[in-house]
Amino acid sequence: MSAGSNRTAMAARVARDIPEGWYVNLGIGMPTLIADHVPASREVVFHSENGILGLGPAPPAGQADPWLINAGKEAVTLRRGGSFFHHADSFAMIRGGHLDLCVLGAFQVAENGDLANWTTSLNDTAPAIGGAMDLAVGAQRLWVLMEHTTRDGRPRIVRRCSYPLTASGVVRRIYTDLAVIEVTGAGLVVRDLAAGVDFATVQAHTEAALLAPEQAAA
Amino acid sequence: MIDRTVPTIAAALDGIADGAVVLLGGFGSVGQADALIEGLVEQGASDLTVVANNAGGGNAGLSRLLAAGRVRRLVCTFPRARSGPSVFEELYRAGRIELEIVPQGTLAERLRAAGAGIPAFYTATGAGTVIAEGKETREIGGRTYVLEHALHGDVALVAAWQADRWGNLTYRASGRNFNPVMATAARLTVVQAAYLLPLGDIAPEHVVTPGIFVDRVVEVPAMREGA
Repeated sequence: MSAGSNRTAMAARVARDIPEGWYVNLGIGMPTLIADHVPASREVVFHSENGILGLGPAPPAGQADPWLINAGKEAVTLRRGGSFFHHADSFAMIRGGHLDLCVLGAFQVAENGDLANWTTSLNDTAPAIGGAMDLAVGAQRLWVLMEHTTRDGRPRIVRRCSYPLTASGVVRRIYTDLAVIEVTGAGLVVRDLAAGVDFATVQAHTEAALLAPEQAAA
Repeated sequence: MIDRTVPTIAAALDGIADGAVVLLGGFGSVGQADALIEGLVEQGASDLTVVANNAGGGNAGLSRLLAAGRVRRLVCTFPRARSGPSVFEELYRAGRIELEIVPQGTLAERLRAAGAGIPAFYTATGAGTVIAEGKETREIGGRTYVLEHALHGDVALVAAWQADRWGNLTYRASGRNFNPVMATAARLTVVQAAYLLPLGDIAPEHVVTPGIFVDRVVEVPAMREGA
């Protein structure tokens, strides 16, 4: 696909929709990039599973604190007002519904909001869940940020997930290189299109049926 | 006089038996009690069940214990190493170690429950996934929950920043992670601390783990240099 957003534009698109005051957990990989696109003047507090509120950007080269890493095990910094806490408190925040938003990557999302993002096979050499299952069921809102299709062009937005589930019926919104799609009771509604992409193109790359906003309103 | 300090790593690990369930604090290598873990290799206990967020990377700490063949079973949330295939992954592929994969919040809560005298609890995490297979589920208020059981340790190996002779502890930055929870969940809690301070030098408001949860403390000054 030539049309559509690159990773930077995708992350920036999600960042646009995060208002001041939200507590947000960003999953490992592409979702981590979102933080770079929230202006410092907009106070959004980023949470990390390993006991941090107020994550800041990566430190300048040579100035990393070896005691301060994010959930992806990367060196990070702490913003003024940030705090540290232990794992049970960290997951009380997650499981108790205290986070306004979590953005995760995914292998597949189904039309009913099912999420598959932890393994593509139960015979995996090292199956790894981390905090994904807790975040998926616990945050107030779960958004997914992912490429619209696999590297070989197969749709990731499907009628039913073929990969093992992370959680069922939890995804509220999907951001891809082609579109922003809302998961609603009526079905998947296309809310926004990337530059140079039309509805028919998005549908052609999606296994599940999509609705245009005017269809959803009807 | 209460004095929980011990002079050496060997004294800190004395009596840990074959077959023990060993709780390892740490997230990746940050806040992991590597000096105690490597001491356990020398100490010789085998057939261990290790509970840890990750499965070790590189050649230090947990990777050394695994490479020495001392671990029969690993209870873990994320055994994939960022640095590439690990000692654990080789053992797992060769069928030489058992793995129980646990969602991270469920692991933290199972440990918290063990420390707080709660035998089991219901959680939405894992409902409708392979994690729920073979477990009791219950619908409460229209939502499905999975019954998860407390996870007790025979031993917890904890990495703290400051400690005193009563076993009061502080932690450094994100090195806190699982350490305070695991300290509550084991019959024997052993601590390596970067600094051993005189009693009273840790402000009471700054104590994260009160000494009631701690049995032995050994000072490891090398921790001051890195995580």
